[in-house]
Amino acid sequence: MKNSTSVERKSDREAVVTRVVNAPVAKVFRGWTTAELFRQWWVPKSAPMKLVSCEMDVRVGGGYRLVFDYQGNQMAFFGTYKEVVPDSRLVWSNDEAGDAGQVTTAIFEDLGGKTRVVLSELFPSKAALDEAMASGSLDGYSEQFEQLEELVRQA
Amino acid sequence: MVQYSQARFSASFAALSDVTRRGVLEQLGRSDTSITELARKFRMTLTGMKKHVRILEEAGLVATEKVGRVRTCRLGRHQLEQEMAWLARYRQMWAARFDALDELLEEMT
Repeated sequence: MKNSTSVERKSDREAVVTRVVNAPVAKVFRGWTTAELFRQWWVPKSAPMKLVSCEMDVRVGGGYRLVFDYQGNQMAFFGTYKEVVPDSRLVWSNDEAGDAGQVTTAIFEDLGGKTRVVLSELFPSKAALDEAMASGSLDGYSEQFEQLEELVRQA
Repeated sequence: MVQYSQARFSASFAALSDVTRRGVLEQLGRSDTSITELARKFRMTLTGMKKHVRILEEAGLVATEKVGRVRTCRLGRHQLEQEMAWLARYRQMWAARFDALDELLEEMT
C-alpha cells in the first residue's frame, strides 16, 4: 500500500512535505544521493518531462545539475549542497531562479526499518514563493513547460 | 489529505461566516471600493465597516490601500482557491515522486 504524502504551507515563505518511506534510512539516503538511483525516481513517469542528465557531487559545497527534456526542449536545474549529514540531513540551494530560489532541507528520520522524510522549501521572501507557486516551477507544471507546449502546438 | 494551514483556514471561515462580509466580497468582485463607499452601501458606520474589512484583510481575502485620505479595498491577490489548487498539485507531484522512490527501493538490495 502507498503511504500518504502531506503538504503544509508552514509560513508565508515555507512549504513542508512529509512522507514515510518503507525502507531503512541508509537505503533511502542512498536513493537521494546517488545520481544513478536519483534519476530513476525524481521525475515520476506521470510528469510531462523527462530527466535527460543528472550530475550530483554530494558533499558540502558540491554542486548538482539536472537537465530536463520536454518535447525536445531542454531546461537545467542546478544548485549547491549546503549540508550533507549521512543518513540524516541534506540541504541544497536551487539557483536556476537566481536570488529568488529556495533552500531545500530534507530530513531523514529513522523509524526502525522505515524512514520519515520531512522536506522543507524555504524561500527568501513571500513574493518569491508566490512567484514559484504561480509559475508552477515547484510542482512540475512549469509555466515554461506550458509556454513550450503552446509553441509546439502552434508550430 | 492536504494539511492546509489550520489557522489560515479558520480565519477564512470566520471571515466568510458573516453575511455583510460575504456581501463586501461580492461587491469587490464587481469593483474596487473605498471603505466609506462600502459603509454607505451596507448602511453601517465607518467604524463597523472598518472592522469587517480588517477581518477580511487578515484572512487574505481583501487587500486595502490608502491613497491620500481614501482607503480603497479590492479582492486579495491571494485567492484561497488558487492556493488550494497549488497545494494539491504540489502534493500530487511529491506523492508521485515518493511512490517512484518506494518502487525503486523495493528493487534495490
